[in-house]
Amino acid sequence: MAKVISNKELEGAFFLLKVEFENDARPGQFFMLRAWDKYPLLSRPISVFDSDGATLAFLCRKVGVGTEILARLREGDELSLIGPLGSSFPDFEGKLALVGGGAGVAPMYFAAKHCKRSGKASVDIFLGFSEQAILEDSFVAVSDSLVVDVGGFITDKVDVSVYDRILACGPEIMMKTLYEKCLAADKSDALWVSMESRMACGIGACLVCSCPTAEGNKKICKDGPVLPGELVFSRRDMEANAFDARGC
Amino acid sequence: MSDILKTEFAGAIFKNPVVLASGTCGFGAEFNESFDISLLGGICAKGLTLLPREGNRGIRAWETASGLLNSVGLENPGVEAFVRNELAWLRTVDVNVIVNLGGHSVDDYVRGAEALNSADFDLLELNISCPNVKEGGMNFGVKTEVARKVVREVRSVCRHPMVVKLSPNAEDVVSVAVACEDEGADGVSLVNTFLGMAIDIDARKPVFNNVYAGLSGPAIKPVALRMVHQAAKALSIPVMGIGGITTWKDALEFIMAGASVIQVGTANFIRPSIALDIIKGMETWLGNNGVRRVADIRGIV
Repeated sequence: MAKVISNKELEGAFFLLKVEFENDARPGQFFMLRAWDKYPLLSRPISVFDSDGATLAFLCRKVGVGTEILARLREGDELSLIGPLGSSFPDFEGKLALVGGGAGVAPMYFAAKHCKRSGKASVDIFLGFSEQAILEDSFVAVSDSLVVDVGGFITDKVDVSVYDRILACGPEIMMKTLYEKCLAADKSDALWVSMESRMACGIGACLVCSCPTAEGNKKICKDGPVLPGELVFSRRDMEANAFDARGC
Repeated sequence: MSDILKTEFAGAIFKNPVVLASGTCGFGAEFNESFDISLLGGICAKGLTLLPREGNRGIRAWETASGLLNSVGLENPGVEAFVRNELAWLRTVDVNVIVNLGGHSVDDYVRGAEALNSADFDLLELNISCPNVKEGGMNFGVKTEVARKVVREVRSVCRHPMVVKLSPNAEDVVSVAVACEDEGADGVSLVNTFLGMAIDIDARKPVFNNVYAGLSGPAIKPVALRMVHQAAKALSIPVMGIGGITTWKDALEFIMAGASVIQVGTANFIRPSIALDIIKGMETWLGNNGVRRVADIRGIV
């Protein structure tokens, strides 16, 4: 069990939940969170916003019954965590663009902090929100520059040609647009994406989060969530595969 | 662990009557990272088909009130790849292995069973009840005479003890169960998921690409329990009870209704090791109530 240190309500139905939990999480990985007994049935997969080994922070958005319960947790409350789960962003060097959209901004803080720590990366962060920007000061503190867009398309502000690597997490259409831009710039292998999906087990057994890729189905919870963008989007039929996380 | 929970089912000895249900636990390896799966009575492998399947597109799971709709669509590596890549490891674990086989035609089932004949496992679970594939699957489990034919054909080639997994969407589930017994099945397991549906009101469309999906979880337990009770009363072959079992009390209800073995499915998503709590709770209750063997309370209701 993990113990809540703080839970701060933010704009746009976001909240930042900090817990005490020994961990060796890496950027891009997630935990299955559960602060209730049997109902709702499923735990909620939430990516790591930050970790210092002894504590974890999760940036979540209230979208349904599970996240509503998580948002109501108060200091001292307990919740169960399974994780860290899944793949993480590789250790990249050079000129990096980190692009987050909506709840997909969450893993970008930890990723930026991690990349900066090596001293061999410059990190430009691009964040897109539908209503109101959050945590801008925090993102500024771990990056070389921060570009924020509210209500538009953050992808319009990213010139992929000047970056060695682009790390992205957000709505599928956002990541697909980045893939197409990378493809046009003849650098489709520069993009790494963190995929979001409904999950049931979270540990690679139930196949609820299977993602069709150029190399066959991948489990977002186990093979992902971080995958090369080319693997996911080079054979993607958006209509048939619309992933969404509504109602979680 | 004492022998209080030891159970015989179709010639196989289970150290306890708790099995992880097909489709909820993969081929066991992932769960074994969470807890020692040899503490279980058995593990029922993810449903196989003769040839590999990619499964369904679109949303595959949707939470409902105390339940879960799923439309995975039998994504699996196929019989041959399972035997080659998964079974050898699973056999190194001291746990009974049940292999679940689906199909799209009688010929598919027969060839799948034949391909599994030389493989080493404890029971074959013939899945005539998957609601999530467009052809075959559940269709074989709805009408008694269709079920009878596939069970007869597979029985004539299958060398393993065979359990038939029944659909709660059958026109008459007891009649299907009796037909399975008539045709030489060594047991039945029930129930698979109930055909259900969810609609995305904003999109004004069904949530699932296949429109309908299979409902499981605590929501179905009372109906599943009733069906297990009815089937067990009508059969002389043993029954595996499935349907929303989440606690040791649920498990004991199914045993008292006539199940010899129970399967835990959707509850595995609450916590991978939840089956261990069920085993412990059953053992404690039996001990506290002076029941020497779990079989002594089987079918007492």
